[in-house]
Amino acid sequence: MSDATEAPTHTGRQIPDRLQNPLTRALQSWEALLLVVAVAIFIANSMASPYFLDPWNLSDATFNFTEKAMIAFAMALLIISGEIDLSVGAIIALASTAMGLAMQAGAGTPVLVLVGLATGLLCGAFNGLLVARFGLPSIVVTIGTMSLFRGISYIVLGDSAFTGYPSGFAWFGQGYVFWVITVELVIFTIAAIIFGILLHRTNFGRMVYAIGNNATAARFSGIRVERIKFTLFLLTGLMSGIAAICLTSRLGSTRPSIAAGFELEVVTIVVLGGVSILGGSGSIPGVVIAALVMGLVTFGLGLLNVPGIVMSIIMGLLLIGVIALPRLWSMARRR
Amino acid sequence: MSILKKALTTAALATALIAGSAHAQDGEKMRIALVAKALGIGFFEAANKGAEEAAAELGDVEIIYTGPTDTTAEGQIEVINSLIAQKVDAIAISANDTDALVPTLKKAMQRGITVISWDSGVAPEGRAMQLNPSSAPLIGNTIIKLAADHLPEGGDVAVLSATTTSTNQNTWIEEMNKVKGDYPNINVVATVYGDDLADKSYREAQGLMQSYPDLKAIIAPTSVGIVAAAQAVTDAGKVGQVNVTGLGLPSEMAGHVKSGASQSFAIWNPIDLGYSATMIAYHLAKGDATAEPGATIAIGRMGEVTLDDNTEAAMADPFTYDASNIDEFSSVF
Repeated sequence: MSDATEAPTHTGRQIPDRLQNPLTRALQSWEALLLVVAVAIFIANSMASPYFLDPWNLSDATFNFTEKAMIAFAMALLIISGEIDLSVGAIIALASTAMGLAMQAGAGTPVLVLVGLATGLLCGAFNGLLVARFGLPSIVVTIGTMSLFRGISYIVLGDSAFTGYPSGFAWFGQGYVFWVITVELVIFTIAAIIFGILLHRTNFGRMVYAIGNNATAARFSGIRVERIKFTLFLLTGLMSGIAAICLTSRLGSTRPSIAAGFELEVVTIVVLGGVSILGGSGSIPGVVIAALVMGLVTFGLGLLNVPGIVMSIIMGLLLIGVIALPRLWSMARRR
Repeated sequence: MSILKKALTTAALATALIAGSAHAQDGEKMRIALVAKALGIGFFEAANKGAEEAAAELGDVEIIYTGPTDTTAEGQIEVINSLIAQKVDAIAISANDTDALVPTLKKAMQRGITVISWDSGVAPEGRAMQLNPSSAPLIGNTIIKLAADHLPEGGDVAVLSATTTSTNQNTWIEEMNKVKGDYPNINVVATVYGDDLADKSYREAQGLMQSYPDLKAIIAPTSVGIVAAAQAVTDAGKVGQVNVTGLGLPSEMAGHVKSGASQSFAIWNPIDLGYSATMIAYHLAKGDATAEPGATIAIGRMGEVTLDDNTEAAMADPFTYDASNIDEFSSVF
């Protein structure tokens, strides 16, 4: 994701002679399209399986995406700014391992949470330092730290596991706040609101877009590009730390293979959410709906006992389909 | 107009994707879910055959054979959650992680589902009982004995295992190390991990042959690793010098046994294992057997198993396959 790859994403579009009214614009937006997909999947699921429309089942289903989506919010900002972090799964592994070590040293739940957050922040700071300070390409840096962070977990744990987390710690991944509303779902919602405000309602958010569209122009406008990028890596590390707390709590144990392959699923949610992989555009509501779509599809297909391999194919087709459709549509309209 | 069209196209696409795979539910039969470590592995496909055989014998059983795409605990948890949602009667699982599945399986048991583990076990609090295909000491002894049988003069051997976190392989290697003293000529020089991936196992096997030029045998107690190792030995032109043995599937190993890359290998019968797991799940869910230390549970044509103090049971001894019987079994699994 170097500056050179930031090619303009809109080519050959006609300049309209008047502004669209806001309602039409909202309806034609990516988020509206995704929402239609989500509703369609929801309806299809409830018709296909008698077990789908059960509050407890739907509550269980949210675990399919909550942890990944927490990271996806921070990742969305990072990708909008033109960077990427592929080490998020490995950060979870390292943060979980650090929490396991703290647990063995006799730490209680509050300390475990702090250890998880601190490890996430440190990992994020390390990535951020290499990218923002030394100007290294983030894809290379984070592929490296992906092996590094997980490698440390493997050295610490080998083929063993940390088990026996305090019972209070189970609250994060297994607890309910109210009726079927899980703790993870609440954290997911709060994170969505905070990141939504951060990206869409603050100067910081505007600067993220500016950097993603043209880092050079952003720098000439007085935006401290490196500092913002560093902050974004910190945020991604922090969210990975929070996800590590939730996942470790849900599994009640730590193995170095924890959260394997999370990075690709997180990036899938972000891209499905309409964030341009080239940077410069995207929204948090889009990411929220994309996470719901992912969760609904995997859970719905799971209820029908569709083999995981077929499920991956369907997710792939959905991703390509949702991304290709608008482009094909605009091509067809121009002809 | 354009928005509507766009929306309809997308909705149609999504509906087609989802509804295409719907199938009718049969409410009267007992539904037993057989959960594999991952789909697309011959061993588990064979276990499913055995489960279907048991279902046909019992009559009122429907088998749901499922599992994640990758051998991850997270993937299996998603599968278990969807099985809980479907209110299946019993779950028989081969676990990717001893501990990580416990909270989810506990939830399944709280909602009245009978949970047993087979092949790769779950910690006791997460299941009613564990069915081992054989006993770990017997397997540990078998794998080193297989290597020793063809090395009358002894020599260096190395172990090619699955992942560092595989419950099964780690227990067997541990047991193997306990009885190493019985084979004084055999020198175990290294243990490497191929992660149950064909390409990685192949590279690890190559590495072993390069690091230990005097290597006489590779013991791979995993069906993926043993094939990869046999292929690596064949490709290196070391057939006859390095004997590949361990645990593998007859259908995948037939060629290597015939070429001489593998003199012999062992495996229990996964068909019998899937069959027995289904029988046990059925009896426990029905309530005509209990899972407590010392209890015996009938497993149809396989006789019966007795639970030990950890509510674990061993099905049978591992069986050795060589040139004399490989053809007979390679068509089975």
